[in-house]
Amino acid sequence: MSARRRRVLLWVATHAFAVALALMFLAPVAFMALTALMTDEQALTSDLWPRSWNWANFAEVFDRSLLLRWAGNTLLYAALGTLFTVVSSVPVAYALARFRFRGRRTAFLVVIAAMMLPPQVVAVPIYLVWARLGLTDSLWPLILPMLLGDAFSIFLLRQFLVTIPRDYTDAAKVDGCSDLRTLVRVVLPMARPAVAAVALFQFFYCWNDYYGPLLYAGVQQDHLTLSLGLATFKAFHSVQWNLTMAATLLVTAPVIVLFFLAQRVFIEGVTLTGVKG
Amino acid sequence: MTSPPAAPRPRWWHGEGARALLWLSPWIAGVSVFFVYPLLSTVYFSFHRYDMYTLEFAGLDNYRYLLRDPRVGVSARNTLWLVAVMVPATVLFSLALAQLVVRLKAGAGLLRTVFYLPSLVPMTAGTITFVFLLNPGTGPVDHLLSLAGVRGPDWFGDPDWSKPSLTLLSLWGCGQLMVIFLAALLDVPRHLYEAAAIDGAGAWRQFRSVTLPTIAPVLMFALVTNVIYALQYFSQAMVASRVASGSTDSPGSSFSPGYPEESLLTLPQWLFQVGFRDYSMGYACVLALLLFAVSMIFTLVLLRQFRRAEEAS
Repeated sequence: MSARRRRVLLWVATHAFAVALALMFLAPVAFMALTALMTDEQALTSDLWPRSWNWANFAEVFDRSLLLRWAGNTLLYAALGTLFTVVSSVPVAYALARFRFRGRRTAFLVVIAAMMLPPQVVAVPIYLVWARLGLTDSLWPLILPMLLGDAFSIFLLRQFLVTIPRDYTDAAKVDGCSDLRTLVRVVLPMARPAVAAVALFQFFYCWNDYYGPLLYAGVQQDHLTLSLGLATFKAFHSVQWNLTMAATLLVTAPVIVLFFLAQRVFIEGVTLTGVKG
Repeated sequence: MTSPPAAPRPRWWHGEGARALLWLSPWIAGVSVFFVYPLLSTVYFSFHRYDMYTLEFAGLDNYRYLLRDPRVGVSARNTLWLVAVMVPATVLFSLALAQLVVRLKAGAGLLRTVFYLPSLVPMTAGTITFVFLLNPGTGPVDHLLSLAGVRGPDWFGDPDWSKPSLTLLSLWGCGQLMVIFLAALLDVPRHLYEAAAIDGAGAWRQFRSVTLPTIAPVLMFALVTNVIYALQYFSQAMVASRVASGSTDSPGSSFSPGYPEESLLTLPQWLFQVGFRDYSMGYACVLALLLFAVSMIFTLVLLRQFRRAEEAS
């Protein structure tokens, strides 16, 4: 076999393997969609393809659950959480990246330690404080802390901000800019990809969060978020996989749409999370 | 006699240290309120019995109970499985996937998107979907297996198969890690491969002597962070147990965490059950301190890596 033919065969084999793998990655979503369109009876069988296309299943999900209410709660959590996180984390990250002060390295290490702290470790005392304030059974215990900075976001922003050459900020200083003005006028325009990535990550984190709402949202149906509601929906419609899959698809769809709207931001942002040696 | 006016001394609040303090103050408040205070408070509660109504000193009772609590051992064994099997499997699979995408000449962008997308699917939705896919008997996977003449296992209903089922879910959602590895692989200088090829190194040899040393920091970082995430493993296991066992979280309903047979029980779930469903806050704090101690070991490893990376740059 000539070297050329071997190369062509290898090319074909690699690409065929990759396509097969990609199909396996897509299969769960495909089965989700196909089952969502089946009748109640057919969803109990092992059929893979719907005999009739029951688009009404989606309407039934809205009838039988507070899906829109859950989406509203989730949106409130995600939107406010993202806004608070960005506003509070950018200045902290900037100070950690730019100011020279004693304990600067220690402060950064504390950020990493806080980032890696399992949320369950400190859950009991924090819960008791919110309970005393009468704010449990709501999402505020999850939203309000984001006003004081989020460790992961600070970490990510700081990693990006240290790469901005000092010349830019020094030049702004020479021109008489205050710290705040330098940040807003000089640094932020350069850091837009990082800020966008942090905002998107935080939005997704809140949108998908299950543990936080499980702890604080309570059990009343109209207080739930999408993640939490979806899990209870399955429990109450345990034999109706078609409706469960329709609900699952409805919860998943906005996330996928958002991804396609902001694909570049995502991929560049994820790259920031890997440590640079 | 008036002394000559002294040169104005720089005031302390003009130094960068003071300005840093000002800028960091919201975060310092955050760390104090949501990190330092609760940690100290957890230590305090761990010596007490507390059900949200009455607080009484319990000495070392909670700690003694920790040694007798059979669920702690079960949780530790389950977590060990996750650390020993699920984490390495996920990291290696992500790396292999990234290697594959790097080699593609056509359609690399599209396939990267396909491999990345599942990681964005909300965790609850993904877990429910996998419980459905792996539903014993009627689920699509068992159906396809039966076409091949294989009788599928009970997956999420079988204590021996529940953790492997969650591992499949974890492989499906490895997109974030894959993109990180992808970036690292693209950072490897091309000329190193060319030099290795001239020296007659094959594909495996090139991977071992060129790729691996270059991406080692990224790989280590991925391993350590994923071990720490495995210690916190909560939501996927909780949702899988709930959905597979058909239980609700409505008031009065009983739920034994870790279904089937505690095979998915992890320390964070047991802590949640003890503290927030049974309201044994004191004992929950002992479990919290145990979790803190174990994850602190790995966090210190991570911090050392960071210090080294900072010094290198």
